[in-house]
Amino acid sequence: MANIPLKVVHQYLRHDKKFPHVWCAGCSNGIVLGAVIRAIAAMNLNRDDVVMVSGIGCSSRMPVYVDLNTMHTLHGRAIAYATGVKMYKPNMKVIVITGDGDCTAIGGNHLIHAARRNLDLSVILVNNNIYGMTGGQCSPTTPHQALATTAPYGNIEPEFDICKLAMGAGATHVARTTAFHVAEMQKHFQAALEHPGFSLIEIIAACPVIYGRLNKKGGAPQMMKEFRDNSIPLTAVEKLPPEQVEGKIIRGTLRQEIRPEYTQAYADLLDRVQKMGDE
Amino acid sequence: MSKTETQTKKSTKKTAAEKPAKAVSKKTQPESKIAELQHGRERKTVIMQGNEAVSYGALDAGVDFFAGYPITPSTEIAEILAEELPKRGGVFIQMEDEIASICAITGASLAGAKSLTATSGPGFSLMQEGIGYAKITETPCVVVNVQRLGPSTGMPTSPAQGDIMQSRWGSHGDSPAIVLYPDSVKECYELSIRAVNLSEKYRTCVVLLLDEVLGHMRESVTLPDMGNVRVIKRIKPTVPPHWYKHYDENQKYLSPLASFGEGYRFHVTGLTHDQHGFPTNKNSEAGDMMSRLRKKISYNIRDLVQIESYMMDDADIAIFAAGIVARSAKAAIAMARYEGIKVGLLRPLTIWPFPDVAVRKMLLNVSTVIVPELNQGQLVNEIRRLTKDKNESDIVRLQKVNGELISPAEILQKIKEVI
Repeated sequence: MANIPLKVVHQYLRHDKKFPHVWCAGCSNGIVLGAVIRAIAAMNLNRDDVVMVSGIGCSSRMPVYVDLNTMHTLHGRAIAYATGVKMYKPNMKVIVITGDGDCTAIGGNHLIHAARRNLDLSVILVNNNIYGMTGGQCSPTTPHQALATTAPYGNIEPEFDICKLAMGAGATHVARTTAFHVAEMQKHFQAALEHPGFSLIEIIAACPVIYGRLNKKGGAPQMMKEFRDNSIPLTAVEKLPPEQVEGKIIRGTLRQEIRPEYTQAYADLLDRVQKMGDE
Repeated sequence: MSKTETQTKKSTKKTAAEKPAKAVSKKTQPESKIAELQHGRERKTVIMQGNEAVSYGALDAGVDFFAGYPITPSTEIAEILAEELPKRGGVFIQMEDEIASICAITGASLAGAKSLTATSGPGFSLMQEGIGYAKITETPCVVVNVQRLGPSTGMPTSPAQGDIMQSRWGSHGDSPAIVLYPDSVKECYELSIRAVNLSEKYRTCVVLLLDEVLGHMRESVTLPDMGNVRVIKRIKPTVPPHWYKHYDENQKYLSPLASFGEGYRFHVTGLTHDQHGFPTNKNSEAGDMMSRLRKKISYNIRDLVQIESYMMDDADIAIFAAGIVARSAKAAIAMARYEGIKVGLLRPLTIWPFPDVAVRKMLLNVSTVIVPELNQGQLVNEIRRLTKDKNESDIVRLQKVNGELISPAEILQKIKEVI
């Protein structure tokens, strides 16, 4: 690793380890990873105090490339592992990288309960509407009627609105953006890392090789253009007539509120119990 | 100050350091039994049940993180630790299911905790994938499985020994296991400490198998003073971070373990990995990893295996039994000896790795082996495997799976049948 170029991301990558990465050309995961790194750098976090936990899936391969404390766990269980880390070392920043299948299908239970507890995790959910790593099966966010290898005649199931799910479960910071809006993404990540409580950032991401090909979305550029043209910021939603909002991706911070955070509640409990012992 | 107290203080600091709460003062007058036992405890005798003893043992061994989910007949362990861990600055969390529980204790262990969970049959099934993850990532943790009868829900308050093989082979993909099996409340306490110690030493998930009856049975137990509790802590790396290998091959397969937040910034994955922990598809590295998992256990078998030999010196007939069944066997032996029948007992305290060498040697001079067990034939196959020289008819099965224990009279009857 002789001459490392002076880009922020390069300072955070594990150069001598397992590159090249596993992602296909045109995949959004690299964009998300870049934004995560820039957010960590911009906040000047001590990287010894940042843990990145992921489950199984394309996006969950992210931690291995980053020079942080990293953990690539079981399918769906990233939040559960992260809960253990965060509870034992509450001062560490715990970032969970997960996907639509990982977090809302097999891991749905852990998502809603971590949100309910308001545990201070920053969950970054890369939603590409499909199981990419296993070759294109439909996920809980595959749109109605879209094609997948396990929905060859069109998906008959309705899809999850992940942000609404998280808010319904009690998440205190919820935001959504797309892989096209990189600067916005970084801002959301920083907000999530600063937020004292459970935050979920949903990134609408492109899987051009599998989802895009199955559903004739064109290539990666076309999918990115679609994200640009087919999404509207939350601030604009109110001014638009409902028919223009229909079917659009709404970007922005959908919820931001303060509620007692779980590790803090536990610290208070320790205080209370130990005072009882002293009396 | 004893070793254990130092350890306890330290771990208290670790979590409590995150917030300004002061550590529990040692001179306080605690209300509960366990708290009383914890604070500068001297040798004393108490009456308690197996589940309580497991909790005591865990606390004495320095466990400072518990995540679990309620399930009969293990729930008392969670209840006791919910009350006691906060007093010591430890973490208790009730998770949304057993899968989350095993994941949380593994995550906490990587952050530096000594962690434990307790469950029973159905929960143990749910945990299997997570147990495999703890094994492949070589992360110390302990799972207590208080066995109950039957597949599925079965009989939650009845004893059975149906998980002997599951505790060995339950998780997919061929990995070795360390499983301990007490037969008394006293041993619940001792093996609970030993389970934590072995998990720290061998960096793996250790299973403590209990019988339902043992979990709920009350017996008098003499607990050692805290100075006599031997506590093993994981080896910490001393090398600078860029030299650190998360799975170092050089040290007798017992390699140092860094925690998150200590500057080592390692990677952990459930994929097959190289010595640094990074995923690999190279066949040589995958083979190395798999054999390392095996050698870690098989090269240290003498340290791991514990077996009780009871009245075996002159025995013609041996009973091989584990857990609560061994208690019935001992009573049966007393009755048989009274009638002049020479019978003895072999009882594994470490059930996996199976004590092959010791058992083979001890069964060399007996004519018959009786294997009573609360399942439809699990231990007996191990005995068959080790006694190829004996006739099929010399290995006598005594099996019961109706939710009742095997009584001493039933074992005695079997003894009389074979002489």
